Amino acid sequence: MSLGRARAVALVGLTGVPVDVEVDARSGLPGMSLIGMPDRALGEAVERVRSALGNSGCDLPARRLTINLSPAALPKQGSGFDLAIALAVLAALGIVPREGVAATVFVGELALDGRLRPTAGVLPAVLAARDAGVHTVVVPTANSAEAALVTGIRSLGMSSLREVAIHAGARISVKPVEPLLQSEQSFESDHTPELSDLADVIGQSDAIDGLITAAAGGHHLFLLGPPGSGKTMLAKRLPGILPELSTEEAMQVACVRSLSQAVNLTTIDLRPPFEAPHHTATAAALVGGGSVIRPGAVTRASGGVLFLDEAPEFHASVLDCLREPLETGSVTILRATTRATFPARFQLVMAANPCPCGNYGMPRSECSCAPMARRRYLARLSGPLLDRVDIRLTVARATTSRGPMANDAPVTSAQVRDRVIIARGAARERLRQTPWTINADVAGAYLTGSNLRLPRSVTKPIDMGVERGNLSLRGYDRVLRVAWTIADLDGSTSPSLEHVGRALFLRQGVPT
Amino acid sequence: MRQNSDRQSILLGKRGEDLACDYLREHGFIIVERNWRCTTGEIDIVARDGSTLVMVEVKTRSSLAAGHPLEAITPAKLARLRLLAGAWCQANEKRYARSRIDGIRIDAIGVVMPLGQPSSVLHIRGVER
Repeated sequence: MSLGRARAVALVGLTGVPVDVEVDARSGLPGMSLIGMPDRALGEAVERVRSALGNSGCDLPARRLTINLSPAALPKQGSGFDLAIALAVLAALGIVPREGVAATVFVGELALDGRLRPTAGVLPAVLAARDAGVHTVVVPTANSAEAALVTGIRSLGMSSLREVAIHAGARISVKPVEPLLQSEQSFESDHTPELSDLADVIGQSDAIDGLITAAAGGHHLFLLGPPGSGKTMLAKRLPGILPELSTEEAMQVACVRSLSQAVNLTTIDLRPPFEAPHHTATAAALVGGGSVIRPGAVTRASGGVLFLDEAPEFHASVLDCLREPLETGSVTILRATTRATFPARFQLVMAANPCPCGNYGMPRSECSCAPMARRRYLARLSGPLLDRVDIRLTVARATTSRGPMANDAPVTSAQVRDRVIIARGAARERLRQTPWTINADVAGAYLTGSNLRLPRSVTKPIDMGVERGNLSLRGYDRVLRVAWTIADLDGSTSPSLEHVGRALFLRQGVPT
Repeated sequence: MRQNSDRQSILLGKRGEDLACDYLREHGFIIVERNWRCTTGEIDIVARDGSTLVMVEVKTRSSLAAGHPLEAITPAKLARLRLLAGAWCQANEKRYARSRIDGIRIDAIGVVMPLGQPSSVLHIRGVER
């Protein structure tokens, strides 16, 4: 019996599970069989490993190799196991010493010439290896910067199977190769939106106030306005006024990025992500899915902003998929053999025209839509979805231009971010005893039932709204939440009548 | 040209089978029959290993450039060999009814015959996949 072992990492969603690769070399018809629930790409690893070994100066003897990936019941995906399989084969054949590879994690796809190709998901894999107590991980050169982001584990970037085998103790001749650096498709070169400043927005002081309130309280936001009024411009500036991510959150964002695209991470970005899927997006593109489960836009937006431009143009069924992540902050994708849970704690920003032609209800313009078309248009946004949106703003076309008319200096994103950080700090301090940290998450019962209950004189406008039937009880809670955020921004210890009035305006800014 | 290379490969196969027979005899096998044919196909060598009847498939190559000869034995070929083993037993029922055979096995022999170098024989007893 000659057995070889090496280690790899399987990814289930964002969680890495250490996998033992065992290879048994026996006499029998020569060939390799791979067991342990591989998917299609992994099943083909046998052919890649065979060719790569042959082209790295290690011809396979005529023996029968059985490759087992343990735990056997866990479905495994992708081509990242190639290197670990190759090393376990070399160990089984006695070409490299067995002890040298048994405790090392190997991540990487093999090219047929034996070079190492970068793979997706290196960051979560290395994190999982470290958490499993592994000391050394070998990754492709192209992924070495990404692997180096994880502290507490030694990561080695190598460019070919030959190099790895020699490092593990094989006696084969050294042959330097040009490392494979980029995978063929490099997706977006820059994931984050261009650094756009709030100072670029002209006029629109109401909308900017709404945006700041949304940032401070983590409230979801709905912007309604005619084409050209700057809805997209405003939404793109939201990540810039949000506080920076904590190291832990940033690591999670980086893991998602590592998994969802072949872009090579070199730094951990502390800026909140901004994700703007096109309105033709499918449910799987939005919440994640596919036979090899991949994270969707909601997961890529986790920790940051999910912007749905032209929200009524999305398929209603696709939009309704957002309800579960909005409620729970995560998405769970179930398949017959596997399940994956991804984070989906995002701030939703939706933008829409008031009607198909875009002019309805706007001053100095006429709507050319039939009444029915108009009604149908916004009705595509389902009630349950809109109900989760705390701030609804109407954005009119700007009527001022920057020039002699502009009276006060525009605020910059940096100034606003400081205000937002202070307001969030105040909210966190107040909510210290609760499971929540931002106003948007607070349960209504807590605001109306505890010692945070406001005096009647302050809640008068919304009490009247409920009595008249203009405001639902759920809407009442939402106005209260926004009022607390406005108070936090003002530096008040509790909302005043004016704050409540302002919150009511932000809530009912859109006639729906 | 084409015919020429075909003839050469047939010749190579023949020489490989001869070598395999020598090898089997050296290892105490009794050769029962060679190149037995029926409509399903052909068994290269039928031999006896003690009380076991052995059907042997021989694969010969002149170099390892196209991989080891035994790699050419595919699951489909193996399935056909099992059918052939049954067919042979049926065809030779009377002849072997009274002999003490208590089992049938399928073996594979890979022969590599590089030009001007000593040949190598790899014998695998009881192939399964």
